[in-house]
Amino acid sequence: MANNTLTPTRADGVRTNALRSGTLPGYAKWACLAGSLAASALVFAVAGWNWPLFGVLGALLYLGSWTIVNAAVRGGRHGSNVFWATLVWIAFFLALVPLVSIIWTVLSNGTRGILEFGFFGSDMAGVTGVQDQAAAAGESGVLGGIKHALIGSLLITLVATLISVPIGLLTSIWLVEYARGGLLARVITFLVDVMTGIPSIVAGLFAAGVLMAHFEFVGGGYSGGNQIMGFTAAVALSVLMIPVVVRSTEEMLRVVPNELREASYALGVRKWRTILRVVIPTAISGIASGVTLAIARVAGETAPILLTAGMAVTTNWNVFKGWMMTLPVFIYQQLMRPTAPSAPDPSTQRAWGAALVLIIIVMLLNLIARFIAAAFAPKQPGR
Amino acid sequence: MSKRIEAHDVDIFYGKFKAVEGVSMTIEPRNVTAFIGPSGCGKTTFLRSINRMHEVLPGAHVTGRITLDGDNIYDPGVDPVTVRSMVGMVFQRPNPFPTMSIRDNVLAGYKINGKKMSKSDADDLVEQSLRGANLWEEVKDRLDRPGSGLSGGQQQRLCIARTVAVHPQVILMDEPCSALDPISTLAIEDLIRELKEDYTIVIVTHNMQQAARVSDTTAFFNIEGTGKPGKLIEMGPTEKIFSTPEVQATEDYITGRFG
Repeated sequence: MANNTLTPTRADGVRTNALRSGTLPGYAKWACLAGSLAASALVFAVAGWNWPLFGVLGALLYLGSWTIVNAAVRGGRHGSNVFWATLVWIAFFLALVPLVSIIWTVLSNGTRGILEFGFFGSDMAGVTGVQDQAAAAGESGVLGGIKHALIGSLLITLVATLISVPIGLLTSIWLVEYARGGLLARVITFLVDVMTGIPSIVAGLFAAGVLMAHFEFVGGGYSGGNQIMGFTAAVALSVLMIPVVVRSTEEMLRVVPNELREASYALGVRKWRTILRVVIPTAISGIASGVTLAIARVAGETAPILLTAGMAVTTNWNVFKGWMMTLPVFIYQQLMRPTAPSAPDPSTQRAWGAALVLIIIVMLLNLIARFIAAAFAPKQPGR
Repeated sequence: MSKRIEAHDVDIFYGKFKAVEGVSMTIEPRNVTAFIGPSGCGKTTFLRSINRMHEVLPGAHVTGRITLDGDNIYDPGVDPVTVRSMVGMVFQRPNPFPTMSIRDNVLAGYKINGKKMSKSDADDLVEQSLRGANLWEEVKDRLDRPGSGLSGGQQQRLCIARTVAVHPQVILMDEPCSALDPISTLAIEDLIRELKEDYTIVIVTHNMQQAARVSDTTAFFNIEGTGKPGKLIEMGPTEKIFSTPEVQATEDYITGRFG
């Protein structure tokens, strides 16, 4: 080649790439990381072992040394780039720690609970301190299960969804399609924001108060003169759900291009049909996943349900009558008031099992949300 | 299947801002009328007021009269939906419905309105409309694929097919080729020449060669300055406007001395 004379060659005649001067080999990063961790391990091997501090010191050493190496070899701009990039990665791993830790703890503690015979199929009826004492002494398996709590959670969440989705959906449709930024719209948006911040216990008190005013007939009414029932809990949860549904649906409707609405109007289509057949189908994937995430958000509520649905040991299928158990309350009750106070281990095991089930449900809801978003998304271009 | 449009002293407002002032014109049926003029001179605004589309924006309103074969579309009792079903519109950027297939896009005017139609009638209408938009041969084997999978020019012809399918009297086109390449532009222009056999066509364009190529009548809009309303300066047969315009501003614009 003509420019051979300009190309730096090593002493042994092998051609080197001039464009690669001032760069680091690919393994340098991993070597630096390994060195930092090794140095950190050495320090704590001498000073006494401590996992969190080992991680922190290792990360800081890596941050410092990798930045210095880059700044020295590749220049100051690369140095500061590497510094901030490494900082971002460290923050990412830091954020992962609690998540992984929770999943690991619940998995390792809860697996035994959910594998117990009858854990999903039975409730706590007939399970008393006697049975738990026997289980703790190893004379029988841990009896009792979460059937009542699972059914309570599903029913209450279902009713809460049935209440909040129509209200939330229609509110956001009105806000986006009809309100045109008037005074009422701004007031509603403001109130929805306020509602988002309502403490869940207040929502529970509100629901209990409203239902008390309407159901506490003296010894009468279908609910038997008692506002504590699944429906009250569903009202409390929908107070928490509605603002989430409104905000997420509103966002989704706002990103539907105006051109599509105009295209529909130009075909001589009325506004309500345009909303129903063009705007909502275009936004449905986002709306559905927003609703699913809102459900996941309220499925784990404890305080308002404790206030409104109470707790129970038997399965109650009727949301309009009688106390009801839910998974979060079940966990709370099993831990704080074990069935056999002198032998709490079986209760603890059931609580961990219920926690695992709750996490699985919430994760499933998140997966369903992703699936819905993908399934309903506007058809992708493809030829 | 085409109507004469007459405008009498039309002023168009966005809130308090007067965007267009004092437009009076007659748009002949079975004819292509082009609106030309610099940006912001009110051509699109005036076009959108012909099918009452501008009032989709809050605060927009019109004074004066616009008539379709003598019927004032701004009469207090007139439903804008009726007007729009007679006056179709093709937009600047192709906007097929992303949730619908090619076939459903063509039938959108019926499907969204919930009108029942037998499958054979629907098939006939789809073929007839797509043929009318010179798109049938290109898409006849993939009618069930999403409309958004077509090229830009094909999408725009799909939008024209969708407009033609509801049998309007008038078709308004708002810079229909400005997002398209020259080949697709040529295809649309050929289509416009065919469509004028049946429809009254009004087209807004920034491309003066295009106005010269496709239109029979040309209207030149201009604006005196920012914040001033746009006005109709001159309107006449396209050959006359492009060769011997009566107003100096028209000549300046057409010869490229400004704008």
